[in-house]
Parts: sequence; structure tokens; C-alpha cells
Amino acid sequence: MSEEVQDKRRRLFLTAAATAVTGVGAAYVAVPFLASMNPSDRAKAAGAPVEADISKLEVGQLIRVEWRGKPVWVLKRTEDTLTELATKIDNLRDPDSNESEQPESCKNSARSIKPEVFLAVGICTHLGCSPTYRPEVAPEDLGPEWKGGFFCPCHGSLFDLSGRVYAGVPAPLNLDIPPHEYITDTRILIGSSGGQA
Amino acid sequence: MSGMLKNALGWVDDRFPLTKVWNEHLAEYYAPKNFNWMYYFGSLAILVLVNQIITGIFLTIHYKPDAKLAFDSVEYIMRDVDWGWLIRYMHSTGASAFFIVVYLHMFRGLIYGSFKKPRELVWIFGMIIYVALMAEAFMGYLLPWGQMSYWGAQVIVSLFGAIPYVGEDLAIWLRGDYVISDATLNRFFAFHVIAIPLVLVVLVFMHIVALHAVGSNNPEGIEIKKQKDEKGIPLDGIPFHPYYSVKDLVGVAVFLFVFALIIFYMPEMGGYFLEHANFIPADPLKTPDHIAPVWYFTPFYAVLRAVPDKFGGVLAMAGAIFVLFLLPWLDRGVNKSIRYRGPVFKAAIVAFVISFVALGYFGMQPVTTVGTWFSRFFTLVYFAFFLLMPFYSNIGQDKYVPERIEDK
Repeated sequence: MSEEVQDKRRRLFLTAAATAVTGVGAAYVAVPFLASMNPSDRAKAAGAPVEADISKLEVGQLIRVEWRGKPVWVLKRTEDTLTELATKIDNLRDPDSNESEQPESCKNSARSIKPEVFLAVGICTHLGCSPTYRPEVAPEDLGPEWKGGFFCPCHGSLFDLSGRVYAGVPAPLNLDIPPHEYITDTRILIGSSGGQA
Repeated sequence: MSGMLKNALGWVDDRFPLTKVWNEHLAEYYAPKNFNWMYYFGSLAILVLVNQIITGIFLTIHYKPDAKLAFDSVEYIMRDVDWGWLIRYMHSTGASAFFIVVYLHMFRGLIYGSFKKPRELVWIFGMIIYVALMAEAFMGYLLPWGQMSYWGAQVIVSLFGAIPYVGEDLAIWLRGDYVISDATLNRFFAFHVIAIPLVLVVLVFMHIVALHAVGSNNPEGIEIKKQKDEKGIPLDGIPFHPYYSVKDLVGVAVFLFVFALIIFYMPEMGGYFLEHANFIPADPLKTPDHIAPVWYFTPFYAVLRAVPDKFGGVLAMAGAIFVLFLLPWLDRGVNKSIRYRGPVFKAAIVAFVISFVALGYFGMQPVTTVGTWFSRFFTLVYFAFFLLMPFYSNIGQDKYVPERIEDK
């Protein structure tokens, strides 16, 4: 009688142990499959810096450069715009860019190294659409308060000409400013921070 | 001759339960005798699934899942492959047809209470099929590598990025890159042509096994298994085959008539089935001025846009789908069919349908202040329909449900 009970306990133990070991084995086997979906070494290596030539960039003009598969905007702004950006900071979600991504050298109201030349990753911080450049003042669809900026057509997020997000729109953060440095006065290397973080 | 056939069948039956399965699921599966036209959509969904699998196989023969080649290979199918345009339009129209049929099938279940006890698992399996179908459609839409493909995928994958802490890494893992790229296209192709179709077929099997275990509901919401004759056959049941197999053929004929009209005369459906911007190759530097998902996603897309917060919007959208899973436990009404339910429930169904259609409409439109407020209002109505259901669903349940399905 007691031998039978003993036997049952042993069987239960063996079953439980075998199940547990199989489970651990299955989890280990799953790792290579799941990890194979990570960005490959080639995708990781593809982030080389790219150069932008701004010698022909006119005031108010915006050009797009592809960096790591994303659009990077280069925009030349006017003096008036810069004054506006330094003073009109109510209604912005993160006016001082404390939460947002930018190199230390761009943490100012113009969010740029040279005040008039603005660089940003043209990808909305909400769900990744590329906002449209809307420099005109008070257009019909954006209302009389609009001083020029960027409008995301997907979900209606609004940014000013420093890429700072307005309050009350879906995007949580200001547009990212990519690391960049000036090689000469008119040539910018995007994706390189010139030795500093 | 018939003797030989009988012997052959006997030989098979001794080794495989062919006659048993045939009888259990067709010849001796007793379905209520009062199915109406709303009951066509289950068999039509299977028809469309078969259409998608067959046309899909033939499309993969010519399609190239490569960011440099994909767009051109679709145009190659359209212009240079014999009958390629037909096979492609059958597939693209089939995608929209699938959702039309499935939405009507779900609506049928909703108004006749087909999700209620004992059919909760039939509903749950059906809901998992619906979610898998959305994943299948979304990944398939990336494959032509047009502007809508690209930016639609960008937005949807970014939704995962809104999840706190792990979101950004999860989105990169899903894409296999830091942006939507060739890596993403290649894996979506793998999921679209093999992984999810396999899951779908297994789920459809489980949906039907669960249904045949509990038996079909009907427009009266009367359980026919409660009244059986001496042989155990439901008094109000008729064998699925030949009665409903033949009846469903009528539904198939009507469906194929409409399906063919669309394929031959309006395959793009004015930009609703195939969006105009998707005839432009994907450009990672520029989002089209107006992007919207294909029509079958727009109700949920409107919910997403109604919330002025990134993670909140994603939660609301996921919640709008998830709440459907809870339906069997939210509805506390005793009577199943809308025919025997009170005016409050009927009004709630009407409000729900209006809010779903309105959300679908506003989800297609460009963002405007007015549209956003309407979306917010209808989002509230949508959620109120479900979340208040435990409180209103048993009001006015005093109607008498007959024991038997009466002949009219």
C-alpha cells in the first residue's frame, strides 16, 4: 500500500521535473528565433554620417537630406522668426526642450548651433509621419494664430519653426535634432557630433 | 458500381472516420430551420478565405519582397503577367470583401445574441480570427511598397513604440531596423504569406468545432436542443447538408455577382479599396498630405486620433478592439435575440452602429477641429455601449420567448 503511494509521488515528481526542464529548453530554443528579428549587423552599421551642402540654401527654404533612412530637414530662418521663437513660448509643451532629444549645443530657443540654420529629423514624435513645412502666417486651415511651423497631416500635431511641439496635440515631444557639426561654414556633417556627445 | 464504392468507403472508414466526420458536421449536424439571409456571411467568409489563399499563392509566384523590386513587381503582375491583373484584383478586392463579410457576420452575432452562453468560446475564437485578420491585412498592405503602404506601416508600428519602457525596443524588433525598410518588408511578407494564414486556418477550424459542439443560434434566439424527438434530433433542426449547403450556394451566387462587378468595373472602389497614394512608390522623405488607413481600420483610427495623448490614444484604440472580447460577460440580458429584447437595448444597438459608421467616416477625413470633436463624441458613445451594457442590457426583458420556433 505505502509502496504504491510512494510510486505515485515519484511519478508526479518525474512528470513535473520533465515538464520544467522541457519548458526551460523550449525557452532557450526560442531565443535565437526571436533574436534573429533584431536589426542585423548590416542594418546597425548603416548609420554613417551624411553631408549637407547649404551654400545655396536661401532664406525660408527647406531641403531634405536622407540620414539613416529618415528625412533630415535643413531650413534657413529669418531674424524675425528667431525673435519670435525666443519670445513666444506660451502654448508650448516643452519650450526649453528639457524632455526632448537634441545635442547639448542645440538646447536653446532656436534649437540650433547657428541660430538661423535649423536642422531636425523630420519625423513626428507621435507616430512617425513626416510633418509638412508650413511657413506661411495665418493660413486658412491652421488659424489666425499660426506663425509658421510644421504640421503633421496624419494626426494633426503642430510644431513651431524650432520644431517645438504645441500643447494639446498628440505628439508628446519636440522634433529630434540630429547630432551634427559644421565642417566648413556651408557644409554640415549630419550624424557626427564632432567628438562631443 | 455502387457496391464497389460502398466497399471503398467501408475500407476508408475502417482506417479514417470519413463518414463519421461527414455526418457530425454536415449530414447530421442539425441547424435551426429558421436561418435568414444574415446567416450567409459565415460560409461567405470561408469562401473569401479560400479566394485569398489561392490568389495569394499565385501572386507570390511573381511578387518580389524586396524594397527595390516590390513596387515594380506589382506593376509587372498588373501589366505583363497573363491574367495577372485579375488575380491581383481578386486578392485586393477580396481583402475588403473579407472585412465586409466579417463585420456583417459579427453584427449578426451581436443582434441575435450568438455570443451568449453557451457560445462564449465561439465568439472568443471569432474575435481572435478578427484580430489575426487585421494583422494579415495590415502586413499585406505593406507589400506593394507604395506611399500608403510605407507610411501606414510607419504609423502602425510606431503605435507599439508608445508603450512605456519597452515600446521603442519592441518597435525596432518588429521592424528589424530603425525605420521601415527592406528588412520590414521581407518579414511582413513571411508573416503575410505563411505565419498568419496558418494561424487563421487553425482558428477557423476551432471556431467551427466550438460552434458544432454547442450548436448554432438562430434569429429567434431559441435553443433548439431543448426540444428533441425520441431519436435525440432537435425538433426545430434540419440537417445542414443538404438544406443549408444548398441555401448557402444562393448566397455564394449573389456574392460572386457583386464581387465580379467590383473586380471588373471598380477594383479601386474610388480609392477605398486601393488608395490613390499607393500608386506612388514609397518615399521615406515625404508623407502624403492626406494619409488614412484602408476603410476597415478607420473606426479604430478615429478613436486613436480623438485622444490628444500618445499613449492614451494607443490605449483607447486597443481598448476599442479588446472590449469586444468581453461582450459575452457585459451583456446581462436573459433573452438572446433582439426580437425579444426591450427598447433600451434596441436603441443602444442603433447608437452603436451609428457611432461605428461615423468613426469610420471621420477616420478617413483629414484632421480638423470639428472632426476631432465629433470623433471624441462617437468614441464616448462606442465605449458607453459596451461599458454601460451590464446596467442597461436587462431592462425590459419581460417579453415571452416561445419554446419552439413557430412557422410563419
